[in-house]
Amino acid sequence: MVSGPAVTGRLAFQLWLLAAAVLALAVAAVMTGPYQASLGDLLQAAARYFGLQSAGEGGPGTIDTILFGVRIPRVAAALLTGAALAGAGAVYQGLFRNPLVSPDILGVSAGAGLGAAFGIFFSLPVFAIQGLAFVAGLGTVGLVYLVATMVRSYEPTLVLVLSGVVMGALAGACLSLLKILADPYDQLPAITFWLLGSLAAIRPQDIWGALPAVLIGLLPILLLRWRMNVMSLGDEEASALGINPRKLRLILVMAATLMTAAVVSIAGVVGWVGLVIPHIARLLVGPDFTRLLPTAMLIGAGYMLLIDMIARNLTTTETPLGVLTAFIGAPVFIWLLASGRRGWS
Amino acid sequence: MKLEVSDLAFGYPGFPVGQDVSLHLEAGEVLCLLGPNGCGKTTLFKTVMGLLPLRGGRIAIGGRAMESLARPELARLMAYVPQAHAPVFPYSVHDMVLMGRTAHRGLFAAPSKGDHEAALAALAQLEIADLADRDYTRLSGGQRQLVLIARALAQESPFILLDEPTASLDFGNQLMVLEQVRRLAADGKGIVMSTHDPDHAFACGTRALAMKEGRTLANGPVAETLTGEVLSSLYDVPVEILLAGERRICLPAL
Repeated sequence: MVSGPAVTGRLAFQLWLLAAAVLALAVAAVMTGPYQASLGDLLQAAARYFGLQSAGEGGPGTIDTILFGVRIPRVAAALLTGAALAGAGAVYQGLFRNPLVSPDILGVSAGAGLGAAFGIFFSLPVFAIQGLAFVAGLGTVGLVYLVATMVRSYEPTLVLVLSGVVMGALAGACLSLLKILADPYDQLPAITFWLLGSLAAIRPQDIWGALPAVLIGLLPILLLRWRMNVMSLGDEEASALGINPRKLRLILVMAATLMTAAVVSIAGVVGWVGLVIPHIARLLVGPDFTRLLPTAMLIGAGYMLLIDMIARNLTTTETPLGVLTAFIGAPVFIWLLASGRRGWS
Repeated sequence: MKLEVSDLAFGYPGFPVGQDVSLHLEAGEVLCLLGPNGCGKTTLFKTVMGLLPLRGGRIAIGGRAMESLARPELARLMAYVPQAHAPVFPYSVHDMVLMGRTAHRGLFAAPSKGDHEAALAALAQLEIADLADRDYTRLSGGQRQLVLIARALAQESPFILLDEPTASLDFGNQLMVLEQVRRLAADGKGIVMSTHDPDHAFACGTRALAMKEGRTLANGPVAETLTGEVLSSLYDVPVEILLAGERRICLPAL
């Protein structure tokens, strides 16, 4: 019998291994770029940063600025975005009992996209654009939930998904309108670029803005990790097993939406990660959410980091993240499907 | 401990399904619920499980009114075995059975060592311990049904409701499930089971409730309740009851 504690021990080891791999990747990501830094440069810069070594003549050099002002924030943003999207995706897929669901299902990205486009259209400062994206993303999901609650039904998840589709379409229509009205030389490219996702303009303060929201969202998900399994059996069985599914679903949707909205507001709409990564994690460790969540978040973080490294190193101009996640995600996904391992029935 | 349902009226908001249904069940009894398709068996089940609000009457478990019981409390008193189905995600059999422990754990807790042991014990009791690490979705219908029964066992509730546990199972698997139902009752569980086969009630039932169009047609000990006359009017086909030794057999006059 290998169930129970034995599995937990083996899993813990695998997770540490995965975490170490992601960390190594993060260090490599910090070192690579148009300005190559060696591991020694990195350690010295870190020592200077924490005041262990004096900055020497002329204060902090170019390398310090590049590392702490640009690369480390960007790497941190990639890790945060990937982990949050993959974690939220795992929650949504379980709640909606559907492996084809992504965090966008209830319109958070559509709403955030509209909010950001609105901010760009009115030439607002960056923090206002991010704030609008965040609020509009949350607001759209709130509206979807409100509509679904008003429609009394014995299929609450179905109604929720349908009103998500409707609200998403509505937000999409508004977005199209804004695109037509926007200045085609200045605003339209900015909107398009934002909608495809990018970490090129990330600043340290963006991380400090998004991180608390992600952590606040993650907390209930972590606490309810075991109940997520029961929720994925459907409302009737969950009730019979001693759970109040409506209440729990509201909490979990709010939490996953908060995580998604937070990262989408700083990174733009990055597709695919929330859909594909939970799948891959499920293929590796099975559907048990207590194992799925940490695995998906780690793989999501690593994947996003890799994608972003390619985005900034592939060509001289930045490639949008959404383009790369699809170009790399799709073949990987097809290969996984074809190789016969499955995470759903 | 007693499960008492008196003068129950049930249905969906704005859509009554049945009324005047009473039943009572004690530990060690198997109540078989029979009736044609659409007579309200499933709705009755959902109401007794607290998934639908009462339209009238009273349900009490161990003397406590059902409305006064919170979800986890109710789940510790009554377990539900749905028809063998496939969840979307391929949980292992062990994880499936472990979910029966949900009501015994706090909201934020993960299963403890004791819960893992309870799950394994339930599997062992149904003699399917060797399935523990298999994917639930890859099992046969009969095996799935046994796993769901094991989950109800792990729930450690005095009462178990089984919704047509033999539906869509082959002959051998039907008998296997019935045998387990009989054993559970012998171990002191109170069982309510819906079935479409009167012979199943004869095989493992102690009491029977015949329901037609949402009303009680007959209610009482199996042998006295399921007579040829009652079954004939229940299903609108002529039925005869034969005796094979001690055992009753339902013979449709085809």
